[in-house]
Amino acid sequence: MGKSRSLLSRTRTRSAWLVLLPMLVTLFVVAAWPLGRTIWFSFTDASLDLMADAQFVGIRNYLEYVKFGDEDGQYYGLLADARWWRSVWNTIYFAVVSVSFETLFGLVIALVLNQQFRGRGLVRAAVLIPWAIPTIVSAKMWAWMMHDQFGILNDMFQRLGLISEPVAWTASPDTAMIAVMIVDIWKTTPFMALLILAGLQMVPQDIYEAAKLDGVPAFRTFRRVTLPLILPAILVAVVFRTLDALRVFDIIYVLTPNTDATRTMSVYARENLFDYDQFAYGSAASTLLFLVIAVITITFIMATRMDLEGKRS
Amino acid sequence: MAKVELVNVSKSYGDVEVLHDINLALEEGEFVVFVGPSGCGKSTLLRMIAGLEDITGGELLIGGEPMNDVLPAKRGISMVFQSYALYPHMTVFENMAFGLEQAKLSKPEIRERVNKAATMLQIEPLLDRKPKQLSGGQRQRVAIGRAITRDPRVFLFDEPLSNLDAALRVDTRLEIASLHERLTGTTMIYVTHDQVEAMTLADRIVVLNGGVIEQVGTPMDLYENPASQFVAGFIGSPKMNLLTGPVAENEGAATYGIRPEHIRFSRDEGLWIGRVVLTERLGSDTFVHVKTEGVGMVNVRIEGRADIEQGETVHLTPDARSVHLFYADGTPLSRKFMQ
Repeated sequence: MGKSRSLLSRTRTRSAWLVLLPMLVTLFVVAAWPLGRTIWFSFTDASLDLMADAQFVGIRNYLEYVKFGDEDGQYYGLLADARWWRSVWNTIYFAVVSVSFETLFGLVIALVLNQQFRGRGLVRAAVLIPWAIPTIVSAKMWAWMMHDQFGILNDMFQRLGLISEPVAWTASPDTAMIAVMIVDIWKTTPFMALLILAGLQMVPQDIYEAAKLDGVPAFRTFRRVTLPLILPAILVAVVFRTLDALRVFDIIYVLTPNTDATRTMSVYARENLFDYDQFAYGSAASTLLFLVIAVITITFIMATRMDLEGKRS
Repeated sequence: MAKVELVNVSKSYGDVEVLHDINLALEEGEFVVFVGPSGCGKSTLLRMIAGLEDITGGELLIGGEPMNDVLPAKRGISMVFQSYALYPHMTVFENMAFGLEQAKLSKPEIRERVNKAATMLQIEPLLDRKPKQLSGGQRQRVAIGRAITRDPRVFLFDEPLSNLDAALRVDTRLEIASLHERLTGTTMIYVTHDQVEAMTLADRIVVLNGGVIEQVGTPMDLYENPASQFVAGFIGSPKMNLLTGPVAENEGAATYGIRPEHIRFSRDEGLWIGRVVLTERLGSDTFVHVKTEGVGMVNVRIEGRADIEQGETVHLTPDARSVHLFYADGTPLSRKFMQ
């Protein structure tokens, strides 16, 4: 083929590369290079003030068996660290629960917003407000609402008689994770609703009329017609949100700093990188965080046979 | 297998009435075509019969029973949509079976009905495919097949040929005509803006304009005795010449109508004299556009091939028995026979 390719097609290929170049350079500078550096540091003994002198130490940051003497020894490193595994579990738990509720609520809101009613435009805009507020701001806002002494939530629940004494929502290990998830669900449900609404609007209206003539009741129409048709949109939305949720950092950093109950992989990595001056160890955590997200996402995409290239539509 | 009656039916959206006082009685097994320009209300009327639009005034009866408040699925109707309205994620078989499952038919019966409809429309090889793997014509056949499986009393078609190309449109038209032959007793209501479809398919045509019925009649009836200037201009291809000025005034009318095929053409003598502006040769016919002194632009049909050049002076004589005269408001003068 190489020889038979025309001058025109070679010119096209060249201009295609030329147009792609700025993006490739940008991606390399902001994504590939930092990622590569992080992976490199995770195999060194780098610390914050001695980054240039970092020496290669193999997989010591991940796993190392230290012999204390005859027949005695202990594993060290990230993979042997219970706090790390706790934060992995926290992250996955947070992602699964939050994204599930966001999908469910987003779907319901999208179905409502897809109906004709007066003031729909206004409601559509209003629904986006929680998502438009910067996370730090909304987390601070909720922190005040959940405050154990002055928070409006405790006040309301007490007046309603739901609780007898104030609850320290964000400080108590029992409720900290729930508090974080409530804020995240409140904040990102609009994003879900919007993506699902876009999917709903792609469904042609005439097939609903066909379903009416076929005598299909509303719920069955939803299950047999609407849902299969918007499933691809829902899956894409779930992947986006899951990627986000697995990296969760800011809400937790503001709402519940330094709690085992809500420490996620990102929070763990940051602590080690900057607070404990274990830069190499933090890099190893970051690298594993990247791998965990990559594996989960790829598995999800393959398991749902997601149509990322638009071949089926 | 049922009569369809519309009694003083009207339709309003808020304060705007789009259909006014429609009265129609369609006989059992009849093929009726609603025709009219876009926005005349023909589709709305069909959708009201289907139950997809509320009837805001008057009454709809199917088989003698009032249907105003009956759900679409319980009216004994089937509908074929312009856009086909197939479920994109289901195979052809599932598309045809979905409504039957809902009607709680047994599996073997569903299979039998779908196969029967598929055989009738020659779409058996397509049963396992999804709609997007089909051509436009095949999709429309599946949509028709889906409508057949429901074994309806009344068959509704909403501009079913509009999305097909010209050749396919003719084939599918013939197929719908033969379907009507085979499904004896099934009343068919067909909406189109194309008067050729109306003329070729209909037992009776209902011409709608501006939300009112202009005329109801057999195709030949409408062709020969249009009840209004609108019908005269709408039915027939090419369009009737509608002339104003002295030629109409001499007859005491505002408009003088004469079809291109009812004008005799001569090089030597005739009632009107004029110059050829344009000739359109279709092979079977030649249409000559003549600028006539004192009469205006006249389109004349000449059978077969005619070697007439642009700029030539020609003579035209209208067939006096085929002249249609109209008042300024579009109503016809009683036909005048000029001997």
